[in-house]
Amino acid sequence: MKLTKLTLAALLATAPMYALADESIIVQSTTSTANSGLYDYLLPIFTEATDITVNVVAVGTGQAIKNAANCDGDVLLVHAKPAEEKFVADGGGTTRTDLMYNDFIIVGPADDPAGVAGMTDVEPAMATIAEQGALFASRGDDSGTHKKEVALWKAAGVDTASGSGDWYRETGSGMGATLNAGLGMGAYVMTDRATWINFGNKQDYQIAVQGDEAMFNQYGVIPVNPEKCPSVNVEAAQTFNDWLISDEGQEAIAAYMVDGQQLFFPNAPEQGS
Amino acid sequence: MQDFGDAFGLAFGLVLNPSADLIEIVGLSLRVSLSACLLACLIGLPLGALLAITRFPGRGAALVVVNALMGLPPVVVGLLVYLALSRAGPLGFLGLLYTPTAMIVAQTILIAPIVAALSRQVLETLHDEYAEQFRSLCLTRWQIMQALLWDGRMALITVALAGFGRAVAEVGAVMIVGGNIDHLTRVMTTAIALETSKGELALALALGLVLMIIALGVNALVQGLRMRGAAQEVAHA
Repeated sequence: MKLTKLTLAALLATAPMYALADESIIVQSTTSTANSGLYDYLLPIFTEATDITVNVVAVGTGQAIKNAANCDGDVLLVHAKPAEEKFVADGGGTTRTDLMYNDFIIVGPADDPAGVAGMTDVEPAMATIAEQGALFASRGDDSGTHKKEVALWKAAGVDTASGSGDWYRETGSGMGATLNAGLGMGAYVMTDRATWINFGNKQDYQIAVQGDEAMFNQYGVIPVNPEKCPSVNVEAAQTFNDWLISDEGQEAIAAYMVDGQQLFFPNAPEQGS
Repeated sequence: MQDFGDAFGLAFGLVLNPSADLIEIVGLSLRVSLSACLLACLIGLPLGALLAITRFPGRGAALVVVNALMGLPPVVVGLLVYLALSRAGPLGFLGLLYTPTAMIVAQTILIAPIVAALSRQVLETLHDEYAEQFRSLCLTRWQIMQALLWDGRMALITVALAGFGRAVAEVGAVMIVGGNIDHLTRVMTTAIALETSKGELALALALGLVLMIIALGVNALVQGLRMRGAAQEVAHA
């Protein structure tokens, strides 16, 4: 009978061969860390040491926190401290630990239409971009990078809403997609340094603004709370969390280099034991 | 733009000398989309046949709905399946989110309406041709459906290919429910989106060309089978 054969084939095609291995966790994280190549370097070291497979879902920080709040992950690794602390306070995660930092930079076209190249104070630089009406491509996706950018505009006293769609262009997409769009239209873009160093489509773009402490980009790690989410792989999640903030994990993070440059600077608090 | 030249060179290299990772990604793409296509046919073909031969009040409205569902945005299907399969959702206990099974479910929902709507059109035309004969033979509805599905099989293969094409090319649904996890749920389209976001445009385009070559291969295979089938029929006649 044809139909039964087809049904059987369909069942075979969808059957449980896809089941996840026991010792594996899902980390909800950001596009910026994934695009930087850090996980490709870090995770094999961790898996080698512990036999735990780590599956990374890379989305914007806003979506990552939402997914973790829906219990669709075991560990949250993002960069938006106030939102992370709220997530823990709401019972979504057990603890939040500072993990590492890198910094944000503003990249722009070589002809520097707003005349901000070389500036080291971010607030006057952003105010100048807005005054000149030079194009600026924003993530506009509620990600950690976007939240940081919005806070910097506010500190610079610029109302971006009035320029939205004009000089201020919100792409509503990830870091790489926003860089591609910004480069395509000749706009300034704020990006984390790690993504920029790894980015393969730089064209004539250069770093325009860098070096301000206000552009500090702190990452935190949070195991998802098993009391709220019974599906969490508690032990493996905690092992990953503890390894990242251990001396071993911190050294591994510091050792990650691209083009001879260190991308992430570990700064987890000293562990007791 | 030198990316075009780079892309063709890269694509050529990838096809001639594929890495283990690429084979894995291609394999998963085919497994997910072919499974979804098969399931969509199991749902869509009987539904299309039933809609083709039955007359009931509100049939016109039902046809409009099925036809409109052909335009389901993949990202919306992805979201719906995500909300259903999320740990916080009604089917969360199954633990299917971020697995290929979830991707098959999403693509099946996406293309079943395409198979149903297109097969309905094909079979209704066929039914009109055969209506007299069916009446004179006093066939049951079930027998008519079987006869139509068998006689329309050549056209229905094209319908299935349309569904497969839509499934293998979409990125919105599998990105959300699969998560584009390396070595687990990464398929061709999500890999292309990833390389694009990394600014590796030549590699992204090369992967796109590889995807086109795969689609070409599947279609050529089906065409070959169809021609063999037709030749056999002539021989039997």
